[in-house]
Amino acid sequence: MLQLLAQQDPGELEAGLTAVGRGIVYGGAAIGPGIGIGIVVGNAITAMARQPEAAGMVRTTMFLGIAFTEALALFGFVLSFIISG
Amino acid sequence: MILGLEFPPISHVVEWPTLFGDGPFAVNKVVILMWVSAAIAFTVMFLGGRTRALVPTGVQNVAESALDFIEDGIVLQTIGPDGLKYTPFLLTLFTFVLTCNVWGLIPGVQMPVNARIALPAFMAIIVYLLYHYVGIRSQGPIGYMKSIMFMPGVPKVMYLLLTPIELVTKFISQPLSMAVRLFANMLAGHLLLVSFAVITAAVFKVGATLVIFPFSFGLLVFLSMFEVLVAFLQAYIFTILAAVYIASAMHPEH
Repeated sequence: MLQLLAQQDPGELEAGLTAVGRGIVYGGAAIGPGIGIGIVVGNAITAMARQPEAAGMVRTTMFLGIAFTEALALFGFVLSFIISG
Repeated sequence: MILGLEFPPISHVVEWPTLFGDGPFAVNKVVILMWVSAAIAFTVMFLGGRTRALVPTGVQNVAESALDFIEDGIVLQTIGPDGLKYTPFLLTLFTFVLTCNVWGLIPGVQMPVNARIALPAFMAIIVYLLYHYVGIRSQGPIGYMKSIMFMPGVPKVMYLLLTPIELVTKFISQPLSMAVRLFANMLAGHLLLVSFAVITAAVFKVGATLVIFPFSFGLLVFLSMFEVLVAFLQAYIFTILAAVYIASAMHPEH
């Protein structure tokens, strides 16, 4: 294993670790918003099913809630591009 | 690298060579698309507003349904009747953002203008200046700062925690998240389409994998249709967030 590591080109390990870090940043940032959007949409569907006449209002608010929650995942997405080795 | 598959680096996907001009005024494909979409948005609204037939047809139909969508779906639901004077601004914002987004789907062009952060950031700055102006105009500078920093109906001790959060939210995080949301959504959609197009091309080339080509191509078509939805949804969300921020500056008690 150590010999394998020693044979690598300089900078190769760093590039690999950068790629792994990018994956971890985006993956980690997507966990919370994934759960959050699930909760938002699930509850919006419940509300629409209980009161179909309020569906328009619920849909507007649902998109707002999705937008606010989704922003966190998108920060992670952008950050994963900003990270460089 | 599988099957001779090589993904282009991110810089090759969204960066375009300068056509003319230099420095900060350099003009490339994205800038030209921005001008064209501004011209399209203006032309549709101008032609639609000029004819005033009782039964709308053609361009007038498009313009009036867009206006109805903004007025009934966004302004009246978020700001209320006293926000109707912001309808022109929000309608312009919506049509411009939508036209800019749709360029990602037009064959031969395929570059959403909002996949570069410059334009979303600029529009977010405009909205940022506007909603602070509206807040100061409707409540006065001191009243506006007070309504941001000390929201009513909260125990006094909580202000230690709430005031910094509210300040950061109103002055940093709202415009930042607005710009990044539009930009990152369009960039992600663009990258998705590029990835699937590269995969489809690689599968088509090899021959032995021609069997899975229809599935890959079908998924590409499906994702393109999904991107139409995303382009529309992001324009809608950008507009409705602008309306919500204006509303919260106008009616602080909500």
